[in-house]
Amino acid sequence: MPIQIEIISPEKVLVSREVDMVVMPGAEGDIAAMPDRAPMMLLLRGGVVSLYENDAVTDRFFVGGGFADMTATRCTILADKAEPVSEISIDNATATLEALTEAWDKADKTDISRLDVLQDKILSVRAEIEAGSSAS
Amino acid sequence: MASLKELRARIGSIKSTRKITSAMKMVAAAKLRRAQASAEAARPYAAAMRRMLGELAAATKGEEGAPRLLAGTGQDKVHLLIPITSDRGLCGGFNSNVHRLTLQTINKLQAEGKTVKLLPVGRRALNFFNREHADLIIDKVIGFSGKDVPFSVASGLGDKVNALLEAGEIDVCTLVFNKFQNAMTQTPACLQLVPMVMDDAAAKADAASTTADDAAQYEFEPDEATLLAMLLPRNLQVQIYASLLETAAGENGARMTAMDNATRNAGRTIDSLSKVYNRTRQTNITNELIEIISGAQAV
Repeated sequence: MPIQIEIISPEKVLVSREVDMVVMPGAEGDIAAMPDRAPMMLLLRGGVVSLYENDAVTDRFFVGGGFADMTATRCTILADKAEPVSEISIDNATATLEALTEAWDKADKTDISRLDVLQDKILSVRAEIEAGSSAS
Repeated sequence: MASLKELRARIGSIKSTRKITSAMKMVAAAKLRRAQASAEAARPYAAAMRRMLGELAAATKGEEGAPRLLAGTGQDKVHLLIPITSDRGLCGGFNSNVHRLTLQTINKLQAEGKTVKLLPVGRRALNFFNREHADLIIDKVIGFSGKDVPFSVASGLGDKVNALLEAGEIDVCTLVFNKFQNAMTQTPACLQLVPMVMDDAAAKADAASTTADDAAQYEFEPDEATLLAMLLPRNLQVQIYASLLETAAGENGARMTAMDNATRNAGRTIDSLSKVYNRTRQTNITNELIEIISGAQAV
């Protein structure tokens, strides 16, 4: 029995189809959505969402953080930013990483919440670069 | 009566005006289609967001210390109004409708003794409120309309509102923008962002869709409160984004209508001017003939 997967970014719907399994990067560890799963809401970190059909990865998408809403029959991923792994621009990502690293160096080291936000962003961009370079 | 030369010049200038307005109409029509498509493409995200938020709000109901974005600060003193307009004019009453509604709201709130702050979005709103209420403006966002609206504009604005709220500088936040109904009609409307108003109809639809899906209790990872704290600022951004997209679509719709009217008016003016021109020409010829004939008779 397949599961309905939807990956939605603020601008548009990227995917909406049926697959066998979806592996996504949860904030506290990777999680797979399979049919008949108990309903769950999940915070995502930046990373790669893999769609599985017949025990093989058919599509990989990079999401820059977001949320996932899973039920027994469907899985909706609300991504802050999403793109197919094949379309990642490593140059852009590297530039973003440099800007973030600079912001990190300049940031007030006592402002924990700001550091947290920056750290999440840096980790997300690193994941993007990694995903992009593994694809090319 | 105007001379023939003057009339010719006027007809010529109105003809070139008509060329410009009709070109603007075409451009607005093309942009409208794009803007409408992107407004529609953004809808699933907002819908899914609402569903998750409804679920979470229900799960955290009754808990102490609800986030400020959901419950507000518990006060009702300082209002932040965000009028959203376009950067350019030439679109009929589109922008002034928003200005008028904002002014009314400001007057009403001030009469009730509330403090009002303004955060105009779009150059037209900024210019207008710089004249009317320059002292109330705390920030501005301009220079993106007419293009595809990037989500970063909305997220930046959302973060600003959130920061103001956390700092306790505002209690209530309301958007004033044009709701896009169709290419001909845009109605100005207020949308309260903070504290959040759960739409009854939407909440019911959400509840129905969840029971249909499965009655089982949701699991949350991390816990509900953390998720809610992450989801609320996002929701704020999404709502702002949606209204920016509606403004973009509405601006082009309004411009299309306004330019269509202008083109038609130009055509009508050209017709009536041409009539005057031809009459004048005939009168001149007749006058000349009379002069010649009466001259010949005199001899």
